[in-house]
Amino acid sequence: MTATHGTNTESVMPVQTVQDRAAQNGVTKERVEKISAAAYRIRHHALNMGEVQGQGYVGQALGAADMLATVYGDQLRFRAEDPHWNARDRFLLSTGHYAIGHYAALAEAGIVPVEELETYGSDDSRLPMSGMSTYTPGMEVSGGSLGHGLTIAVGMALGLRYQGSGSRVFNFLSDGELDEGSTWEAAMGAHHHQLGNLTAMVDINALQADGKTDTVLRTEPVTEKWESFGWYTQRVDGNNMAELLQAFDNAAAQAAAVGRPSVILCDTKVGRGVPLLEDREKAHFMRIEEHEWQTCREQLTAGYEGKAAR
Amino acid sequence: MSTTAVKGPAVTSAAPKLKTSAMIASFADPGQKTASAPFGHALVKAAQENDKIVGLTADLGKYTDMHIFAKAFPERFFQMGMAEQLLFGAAAGLAETGLVPFASTYSVFAARRAYDFLCLDAAEPNLNVNIVGGLPGLTTGYGPSHQATEDMAIFRGMPNLTIVDPCDSIDIEQAVPQLAASDGPTYLRLLRGNVPTVLDEYGYTFELGKAKVLRGGNDVVFISSGLMTMRALQAAKALAEHNVDVAVVHTPTIKPFDAATVLAEVNTDRLAVTLENHSVIGGLFETVASAVVTAGLGKRVVPVALPDEFLDAGALPTLHERYGLSVQRIVAKVLAELG
Repeated sequence: MTATHGTNTESVMPVQTVQDRAAQNGVTKERVEKISAAAYRIRHHALNMGEVQGQGYVGQALGAADMLATVYGDQLRFRAEDPHWNARDRFLLSTGHYAIGHYAALAEAGIVPVEELETYGSDDSRLPMSGMSTYTPGMEVSGGSLGHGLTIAVGMALGLRYQGSGSRVFNFLSDGELDEGSTWEAAMGAHHHQLGNLTAMVDINALQADGKTDTVLRTEPVTEKWESFGWYTQRVDGNNMAELLQAFDNAAAQAAAVGRPSVILCDTKVGRGVPLLEDREKAHFMRIEEHEWQTCREQLTAGYEGKAAR
Repeated sequence: MSTTAVKGPAVTSAAPKLKTSAMIASFADPGQKTASAPFGHALVKAAQENDKIVGLTADLGKYTDMHIFAKAFPERFFQMGMAEQLLFGAAAGLAETGLVPFASTYSVFAARRAYDFLCLDAAEPNLNVNIVGGLPGLTTGYGPSHQATEDMAIFRGMPNLTIVDPCDSIDIEQAVPQLAASDGPTYLRLLRGNVPTVLDEYGYTFELGKAKVLRGGNDVVFISSGLMTMRALQAAKALAEHNVDVAVVHTPTIKPFDAATVLAEVNTDRLAVTLENHSVIGGLFETVASAVVTAGLGKRVVPVALPDEFLDAGALPTLHERYGLSVQRIVAKVLAELG
């Protein structure tokens, strides 16, 4: 874990492993196990939805499942039976095509019934291919046109703070969205307005529609960019539960205390948890044959239970 | 020019060229009654009664009269910097939390630069986001970078969006609280600075979504919006001297359009003329034309509008004369039509 704190004096302290810090700050085994189980179920839901649809952004969902599990299972304040509860924290999915993963997380959170997931992408479903607030309970914004989420998040964070709300705003975005100038307009605005109630989480899977990110439009050095925009910046293995939990704990404590927006840069692996897909040539829209879905589920379960993958 | 006095009678071979004025030239005629910053004051008044109203701008507070609001309610004003995508994305976010944002910039930047954000973040979820666009149509001599000659053409296709093209300070003062009270997104074609006060002489009140007949007339009917209603009224007076009797219908709400009122006036033997401070493409003329065709009326409509061109830079009076928005050009056009 590369925690970069700008002027924070912590950087001169002896190097600690993330596990040390986790133990110290309360990233307990129980928390890790709870989130790991949630992430497993989110991945399982995503594979089922992908199979029903015969396609879908399954690779991204598997890669981002740990981030989604952490935020929904550990961080977000919400009422499953009342998605519009005024005091809820807001989770904004900027990347509309990650909806398959988000729906799985909403099912895990009890906001959307698990049985409804099989309608994903079907006519008249509340779960369209690209996430939209007007369709789905718990979906705060309509994503899809990339680079919007963080601008809306800035307004929400301003509005909540102005109205005296203690609610936090989380914006999930992808490294591809770092191509969009509006993301950086929002990054400046959040810092200018000292939005400590705003946390951005960036899924860095190094892949976008036309290929690998470093061949499409080089976004690195990503950490230094966010730091120089004044954000409390952490970069973690986005498929490591302990690192994710620690990063969110740090963000909550430090960013809010100093009124600084916080970003958690999460390096993730497309297809994570399913070796068949992890090893497949990476593509924005991954092809999975009809007979492979069951293999995917078996590999996922075997990996989660610690058995050798078949 | 006033420096000729000491030299005796001026000897000029040609009329002096007018100069492009400051960014926002007033289009008030000399000696005309005006109100200062009517939008800013109206927003303050509305905000005193509705604590959900907040204001934002993208580095153009002083140029959109938003500075009046910012001074009155500093804690309810958010400066977003020269970042229009952020401006309108954040306005949508503020509206998502139950607030009623008014977000100002120039019309060109709202319509051309931030369209995607307005469309998907404000209009699709039908949020109460109020866009305030300065320099609509031909209200600056700075050239195409600042002249929003096609803003209505761009915005009319956006579902859920209400579009208001006010004539004067009365329209603006009365429209602001109604825009705040209407649920969905709105776009106000802002007139700022010293704005003419015209409609007080016509027993007029602004009603969102309604066209109003300001005066009757037997020979010609003008259908107008925005500052062209002021010109329409002036042209009607001038045409009276030519024994031409002109009715004027003011339709400040472009969308949703009050087709019933307008069609009742158009569907007569009178010459029908639309007048707008906008391109002939996609604005009031085409709004009226589509209403006429949809109703099955075989009625000719004559447009007074800006041409489908990128316009020149220059002094506003020069440009209004050049592109046909001046009273003189309107009168000449009507007389030519009447033969």
